[in-house]
Amino acid sequence: MKGDGEVGGGDRVDAPGDGTPVLEVRDLVVHHGQLRALDAVSLRVLPGEVYAIIGANGAGKSTLLRTIAGLHHPTSGSILYDGKDVTGLRPERRATQGIVMVPEGRRLFGSLSVEENLKVGATYARPGPWTIERVYEMFGWMRERRNQPTAQLSGGEQQAVAIGRALVANPRVLMLDELSLGLAPVVVQRIYGMLPQILGTGLTVLLVEQDVSQALRVASHIQCLLEGRTTLEGEPADVTADQVEAAYFGLAGAATASQPGEGSEG
Amino acid sequence: MAWVNAIIQGVLTGGLYALFACGLSLMFGVMKVVNLAHGDLAVVAGYLAIGIIAVTHVPVLWSFVIVVPIMALLGYVLQRTVLQTALDRSVLTTLLVTFGLSVVIENGLLQFFTANSRGIGASLALVTGAFTIGSQISIAYLLLLIFAVAVAVLLGLQYFLSRSKYGRLIRAVADDKEAAQLAGADYRHVFGIAAAVAFATVALGGIAFGMYSDLDPTTGTDTILLFAFAAVVIGGLGSLWGTLLGGVVLGVAQQIGAQINISDELLAGYIVFLVVLVLRPQGLISRGVQS
Repeated sequence: MKGDGEVGGGDRVDAPGDGTPVLEVRDLVVHHGQLRALDAVSLRVLPGEVYAIIGANGAGKSTLLRTIAGLHHPTSGSILYDGKDVTGLRPERRATQGIVMVPEGRRLFGSLSVEENLKVGATYARPGPWTIERVYEMFGWMRERRNQPTAQLSGGEQQAVAIGRALVANPRVLMLDELSLGLAPVVVQRIYGMLPQILGTGLTVLLVEQDVSQALRVASHIQCLLEGRTTLEGEPADVTADQVEAAYFGLAGAATASQPGEGSEG
Repeated sequence: MAWVNAIIQGVLTGGLYALFACGLSLMFGVMKVVNLAHGDLAVVAGYLAIGIIAVTHVPVLWSFVIVVPIMALLGYVLQRTVLQTALDRSVLTTLLVTFGLSVVIENGLLQFFTANSRGIGASLALVTGAFTIGSQISIAYLLLLIFAVAVAVLLGLQYFLSRSKYGRLIRAVADDKEAAQLAGADYRHVFGIAAAVAFATVALGGIAFGMYSDLDPTTGTDTILLFAFAAVVIGGLGSLWGTLLGGVVLGVAQQIGAQINISDELLAGYIVFLVVLVLRPQGLISRGVQS
């Protein structure tokens, strides 16, 4: 509960758009058993940004997001939210303080209706602009189908419900894990088309995307992971297609655009 | 006419079995805990009622008002401590832990209350009274009341699970507890609430059984737990109304068995249980709290 008091007044509105990150990850190391899934990954997400993590399958993108959400315990490193260390916080406490993730594969509650899914999302919501009503306004079809079980929805519709369920919690940092997975390109376009509306309410987006061109289109900052390490980082305008390709596939001469690679000692 | 009577008695006893079974089903459906101490906890509730009535001289029916909240609280605490610790290791560990609990409770009861059996409110008109239809059918007020309570409990549970905030969270956590965490729900607390509800129904079942029959320290495992399991399996795991259907089928089978030969009462129930297990292992109704 300690987060609620300081957050209620919307003190972030006048927070500087540069300098103080809303979310910061320092030298994060995560193991899955023996496997080192993340190796000294760091990132700084500024308020209002769309920060995209790209990388191939198994690069550690989802592990990074899940660790930030609190679902994995890092071996070392720290996660700072609003300057405060949240590394040891339970996942539900992070969610109620404003770090909310839309998990890979949507993970809707299968025996609950559309509206019940949204209600669960709103149960522990912070105060803020997002309500179930507002989600219905954004996704017009949802209102008429609110009493349907989510199993009857298409993949894209399910993804919309999953996003709605996260939004009604009124996150400050919204994490989107592989939105495009298993969806038709048209549907993916439509969902990413909603991003400006979402950003308009003042939240920050950290997303993981396998589809690089999609990520480059929407992101204000990208970071490429390869085998658990950062291979490229920068603004989409500053990186060339060749650099991205090299960083993505691990070809020689990667890690050029900026200064991230140093953290990962061999 | 004797057969009609047997069926009526069987249906009514099914209400009692449903009271035993719904808590077992809820705990399995939500946290995948097979609570082998379920029956013993019902007996604990019965003894608690006996003790409270003896000490405070409250009217028998008032003992429910005291015992049910105590058991609900015990359920929450037990879930948040012992059962959650076991769950964190593995679902199988919960089987061992609840088995251990069952042994401890049973021997604790033997130690403090001896092996003598006790009843609750044996002198009440409600407990002993009955009305007759024709010459062969005699319906006990108590059984009728227990059946009504069972139906009311199931209706209440259904309403709670489908309409209330915590009911919704319980279903969400049963579906996907990680996704529920991402929505800000502490699933351990939600599990605690579910256990509290399950223990409240156990308390009702235990006291009802103490009024219907006699309780002794072993009643929990050799009668209540077995009947609860049979009712859950016959009705369908995770289905709320399945527990009533399962209880009724079990009760009717037992009464018909007893009609054929008084010593076949239990056997007949277990034969039906086995037949359902072989022919329809998912139970007669197979949907509900949990997919």
